[in-house]
Formats: sequence, C-alpha cells, structure tokens
Amino acid sequence: MKILAKIYAFLIFVFLYAPIFVIVVFSFNSGSSRAVFEGFSLQWYKEMLQDELILRSLWYSLIIAVLSAIIATVIGTMAAVGINNLKGWKKSAFLSANNIPVVNPEIVTAISMMILFVFILSYFNSLEMGFGTLLIAHITFNIPYVVLSVLPKLRGMDSNIYNAALDLGCPPVKAFIKVVIPQILPGVISGLIMAFTLSLDDFVISYFNSGSSFQTLPITIYSMTKKPYSLKLNALSTIMFAVILVLMIAGNIRKPANEKKLKK
Amino acid sequence: MGKTVTVGNKKVMLAPFSSWMVVFVFIPMALVVYFAFTDGDSFTLSNLQYIYTYRHTLWLSVELAFIATAICLVLAYPIAYILSRASERIQRNATLIVMLPMWMNFLVRTYAWMTLLENNGIINSALRGLAGLFGSEFDGFAMVNNRGAIVLGMVYNFLPYMILPIYTALTKIDNSLIEAARDLGSGGFQVLKRVIFPLSIPGIISGITMVFIPSLSTFIISRILGGSKDFLIGDLIEDFFLGNSGVVNYNIGAALSLVLMIMIFIATFFMNHFDKEAKTTAGGTI
Repeated sequence: MKILAKIYAFLIFVFLYAPIFVIVVFSFNSGSSRAVFEGFSLQWYKEMLQDELILRSLWYSLIIAVLSAIIATVIGTMAAVGINNLKGWKKSAFLSANNIPVVNPEIVTAISMMILFVFILSYFNSLEMGFGTLLIAHITFNIPYVVLSVLPKLRGMDSNIYNAALDLGCPPVKAFIKVVIPQILPGVISGLIMAFTLSLDDFVISYFNSGSSFQTLPITIYSMTKKPYSLKLNALSTIMFAVILVLMIAGNIRKPANEKKLKK
Repeated sequence: MGKTVTVGNKKVMLAPFSSWMVVFVFIPMALVVYFAFTDGDSFTLSNLQYIYTYRHTLWLSVELAFIATAICLVLAYPIAYILSRASERIQRNATLIVMLPMWMNFLVRTYAWMTLLENNGIINSALRGLAGLFGSEFDGFAMVNNRGAIVLGMVYNFLPYMILPIYTALTKIDNSLIEAARDLGSGGFQVLKRVIFPLSIPGIISGITMVFIPSLSTFIISRILGGSKDFLIGDLIEDFFLGNSGVVNYNIGAALSLVLMIMIFIATFFMNHFDKEAKTTAGGTI
C-alpha cells in the first residue's frame, strides 16, 4: 500500500511538472524547435533580454500589480473590519456581494467591466482603454480576495485586548493601529501578496480591458503565441519561475528563523 | 467567537468598498443584463432566442467541463489523502508543491502540452523510437486538436484547485475520530467510508465548484489544444465582444454571458444543497 501510494504520488507530480520540465529544457535549445532539442545554448535568454516588447510589458505588469495590490489591500482591509462589525442579514449581504467577483466566471467579470468602460469612454471620444481601465479592473478582482484573507484574522482576534486598550484611555484610532492592525497583519500581508500575484498572472480580465497601448506580460505572451512560437517565451518563463522559486524557498527558510527569534 | 469588536465608524470603513463594488461590479452586471435583453434600444428576447442556434456549443461546454471535473476528482482525492497522511516535513510544503506549477504562465504551460502531445511531439517521437527498436512502424497517436486534448488541458490547469480544498478538509479531520472508529472495530475501508470520506465532503464540494466554473468558461485552452474545430461557450463570448471572427455584437455576447452565469448559478446551488445534506447526515458541523 505504501509503495502504491508513492508510485501514485510520483505519477501525479510527473503530470503536474512535465510541462514545466519541457519549458525549462527547451529554453536552452540552440535550435528554434519546440520539440527537437538540438544542443545547449543561451541564445533565447539573450534574445529575450533584448526584446523591448517583453521588457516593457514586464514593467507594465509590475506597475499594475503593485498599484492594484496596494489599493485593493487598503480598501479590502477597511471593508473586512467594517463587515466584521456588522451582524445578521447586513453581514451576509456584504459577504455575498464580496463573493460575486470570486464566484463569477472570469470572462463574465471581464466583459461586464468592458461594457462599462466602452460605455463611459464613448462619451470621451479621445480616450481609449489602457492603464486606467486595466488598473481599475485589477483592483476590482483583487478586493474580494483581500477581504477573504483578512476576515478570518478578525474573527480569531481577542477583542478583550482592544477593549482593554480603550479602558486604559487609548483613543480608538490609536488602539486600532497599535492593537488591531498587528493582530490582523498576517491576513493583510497574505491578502496583499495574493492580490499582487493574481494581478501579475491575470490574463482573461486584462485581455478584455487593456488597449493596444498598455499591455501586460500575459497579453504580450498571448500575442506572441499567435505568431510562430518563439523559445524566448520559454526563457522568460524559466527566469520568472526561478525567481518565484527562490522567493518561496527564502520565505520558507525565513519562517523558522522568525519563530526562533520569538522564542528567545 | 466571542464579542465582536466595533472598530471605527462602520460607514466610514465600508464606504470605499461599497462605492467601488456598486460602480465596478453591480453596474457592469446590470449592463450585461440590459444588453442581453435589448437590441439597440428596445426590449427584445431575440438575443436569447439566437443563442438557441449555439445549443450544441453550450452542451459541448457543459459536457467537457463535467468530464474534466470528474477526472480531477478521481485523480485528486487519492493524492490529497496521501499528502494528508505524509510526514510533517512534506505536509509543510504540500501546498507549495501542488501550487508551484501554476506560477508559470498558463499559456506557455498549455503550449508545452502541445510540445508533448502533437504528432511530431515528444511523446510520439519517443514511442516511434521505441517502435523502431522492435523494427516496427508507428504512426503516432493523434493526441492533440481534439476534445480529449481540451479535457486534458482543463484537468492539467485546474487539478490543483481540486487537490487543495480536499487536502485541507482531510487535514482538518480530528485524528481522535479515526482512532475512535478503529477502537470500535472499524477496518481501514470502513474508516475511510464512514468517517474520512463524509468529513471531507465540504472539500470535495468546493473543489468541484473551483474546477467546474473555470472549465465551463475557459476560452484559451480550447483554442490552443482543440484546434479550431471545437468552440466552447467562452470562445463564442470572446468572438462577440472582440470580433475576432468579424462580428462584434455585445447583445448576443451579453446574452451568452447571462446564460453562462445562470448555468453556474444552478451548479453552485446544487453543490451547496449537497453540502448541507452531507453536513446533516454526517451528524453536525465541521
């Protein structure tokens, strides 16, 4: 039974990682084929780093991800605190409203915002979709995830500490910053990170809500896949994957270190 | 739960959220409904009637999404179970290991499946080489540009969404319940059937929802792996909004989106119903 379990787990991870393996290996191909490996070379990395379109859209992706994550975290954290204070039907109404963009298919969220933007922009003939519409769209789909990651922390919060601070004469705003924020901070940070990554990775919503002037990386990748496939995309994906892997491992190593500090 | 803390002014805290949601979620949704039922400026049902011509596409989308969800469930349950029983060191990284592939752009990953599956792809070349060793000819399997490839693309892209909720539900099960069942004389299979499985149903339900919805509404997977033969509902919506096949028609596109939303609403409604039923038969909340 144990061996069977191990074989099964192995096969599932082969399935999950096979494409990753193919992408990484072929990023080093000296030929230009996706399927025939001709020899080792770094040419696709070099070409990728010289591709202005890729670099520019990577930059745009980062700008949108950082801005939308920060704005969504502020709005979402405030909303979570507000929702946590509510009771009864009001609370469930707000929670259901918050869930609409989560439950709705991405493509529906995307086209619904697209209709709104087209509608509004048609009044201002000169404007077209771009940075603004993209940022708004990303903030919109990020907010619910921030709310959902902050709420459990608020529920698990010991309200006595906050009340104690008030009893001891601490003004509410100061008590909020000094007592509440530190307690919900893990939720706020994980919401921020989730919003950042969702935004960085988003294709569907950006696809319908970005103009030709301001394209994020996934959009550029999509338009590149329509032309004859270039292994530059493999090189790009491999670098991004490596960066994320390093960040993840660093995060995992840092955690135990922090715990040790706390124990001291 | 304890007392809820009233922090700050409720209205002030909720104001940015409420206004943002009204302007960028509710109004757009209302616009979808408005466009679906109008034609230029007057009320009409013709958009919805027109969708009837696409009934085969709608049915195919449901069918493929259903198959993909079922395969995901069958594949995910055992691996979630294995992970939930693994050593602490593996468990600490389980989520990371399952999520990691999703950090690579999904278009590039889906293209990598092309590389693996296509006629001159890696798998067929390997099989051909193998056949050559035995001195026989092999034409290769037709593994791409068909419905099977679309389902594979869905299963591949959404499998982690099935594994993770089931895994979470399984790790939450109180070990003393399992021990109690053992002490009372249940065998391994009995424990699985009577204790572990019923308690993991909430995870299964959210897994099914999280796989079915994106599978039903995908539009890129079908385009890359399915060739141009099998259009799904997502592809139709894209076409009507962006005019890739020459016709832009927001009204029909909105009507299709409305139908998609209704299908998903019905599906989630059923799933929630199952969830409640499961909770009452399992004897209490988890």
